[in-house]
Amino acid sequence: MSATSEKARVPVLDGWFSAEGKEPHLIGSRCEACGTYYFPKLTTFCRNPDCNSEKFVEVPLSRTGKLWSYTNAAYKPPEPYIASEPFEPFGIAAVELDKERMVVLGQLVKGVNLADLKVGMAMELVIDVLSEDETAAKTTWKWKPAGGQA
Amino acid sequence: MNKEIAIIGAGMHPWGKFGKNFVEYGVAAARAALTDAGIHWRDVQFVSGAATMRCGYPGYVAGATFCQALGWQGAEVNTSYAACASGSQALAAARAKILAGECEVALVIGADTTPKGFLAPQKGERPDDPDWVRFRLGITNPTYFALYARRRMALYGDTQADFALVKVKNSENGFENPNARYRKKFTAEDVAASAALADPLRLMDVCAVSDGGAALIVCSLEYAKKIGKADAPRIAAISTVTPTFASASVEMPDLANDSAVAAEAFRFRAALPKKAYEEAGIGPQDVSIAEVYDLSTALELDWYEDLQFCARGDAAKLVRDGVTRIGGRLPVNTSGGLACFGEAVPAQALAQVCELTWQLRGQAGARQVAGAKVGITANQGLFGHGSSVIVKK
Repeated sequence: MSATSEKARVPVLDGWFSAEGKEPHLIGSRCEACGTYYFPKLTTFCRNPDCNSEKFVEVPLSRTGKLWSYTNAAYKPPEPYIASEPFEPFGIAAVELDKERMVVLGQLVKGVNLADLKVGMAMELVIDVLSEDETAAKTTWKWKPAGGQA
Repeated sequence: MNKEIAIIGAGMHPWGKFGKNFVEYGVAAARAALTDAGIHWRDVQFVSGAATMRCGYPGYVAGATFCQALGWQGAEVNTSYAACASGSQALAAARAKILAGECEVALVIGADTTPKGFLAPQKGERPDDPDWVRFRLGITNPTYFALYARRRMALYGDTQADFALVKVKNSENGFENPNARYRKKFTAEDVAASAALADPLRLMDVCAVSDGGAALIVCSLEYAKKIGKADAPRIAAISTVTPTFASASVEMPDLANDSAVAAEAFRFRAALPKKAYEEAGIGPQDVSIAEVYDLSTALELDWYEDLQFCARGDAAKLVRDGVTRIGGRLPVNTSGGLACFGEAVPAQALAQVCELTWQLRGQAGARQVAGAKVGITANQGLFGHGSSVIVKK
């Protein structure tokens, strides 16, 4: 058993994504009047300039989508990013959600080789560890090729 | 009604990393612009400053800070903040004042002192600030530039070698610019050999952050005529439009773009010059030169398309064919661009206008573009800010 799994796992952001489990997903909201989706979720005023709605319903966002683009962080990002020592470069993906017609960024899970990625390929969302200290592991959403591709 | 104003003075403090107070750079630039205009500081009736957010309170009230440093003389004052477009917004404030007949001559000024390395958000645990959130998740500015670059490669077949050509071109131009920070002619091999930063971009594909200062003296056409400068270049348009919902692309500092379920998706970068062209009553075919915000080499190619210099997807061909080099049909970033300057946020949009001014006057030395008549700038920053300015003879 790895050290990570023994620590308490705490979401790095409250209310941005579901608990870990079989089908993890981002938590968004949808305007009840015009249908526009929001991530992170919006609960105040719709941003569609032609919509005056203040009513939103919390919704799970599609947990799969198409790869819009991808990159990596080859240099250690500054704080508040908490980097492992020594720093290990990590991948980043932008994934287009079909139903919501929006693109969402997130880290790629460890071990994905950028050379195996192709814009347009199917991706899925997982909850994974972002950073850890002595007592807890902070979790976030990450993208990975769907169905074990790449 | 003629909505044009004249540019009678342009001045810069060279870009670099000097570690001095930003006020010194601004005052040096202002004094150079005043000398260039041939007017006395006391003649300036309105001072419009571009704010800097990382130099403390004096930076938030930059207009007044520069007034005090130049010597209080009773001018009216304004400070504008619009991220990378701060200089253009300060310029727009001066134009409005002049065209309203409330003043004849104004000083527009921006300067910055930057920290080393990545631009980072304010300290603390601040999950309500999207800028804080993205850094917490490891998503820095180069992430966005790299995502756009990879997208170009996937959609249009651009290559890393194409991106390197932009750097090579801009470094040739900056080599001849005494105000540039990096004055070295780099080769495609130099770019390819530089460290990986954010795939597919290398360190030399992405601009640095710099100290620097830029200033303009602008006035009514009547005032320019009165002091014997009726031929001075004119500002024909200043566009500072916000994006239109739904934004087609994920923009800094957001982690998602607008959902385009209920509204059509619009490209923000394309909207900026579009408004400028409309305002000036000209089109891309009328443009002689352009200064565009090359935060990355690949982003310069995006701008060619957003400025309508070519069809979407054809920008790499322009740089491959040398169209955008000095000597080509439509030179871009004759100053050397951000590639040779590095970004000094509140000064950058004004530095772009300084270069157009010198080019249109025929004073750009070894960088001179023969017969330049119309120039356009384009830039974009955080939180829905951007600008495009058209200067003509």
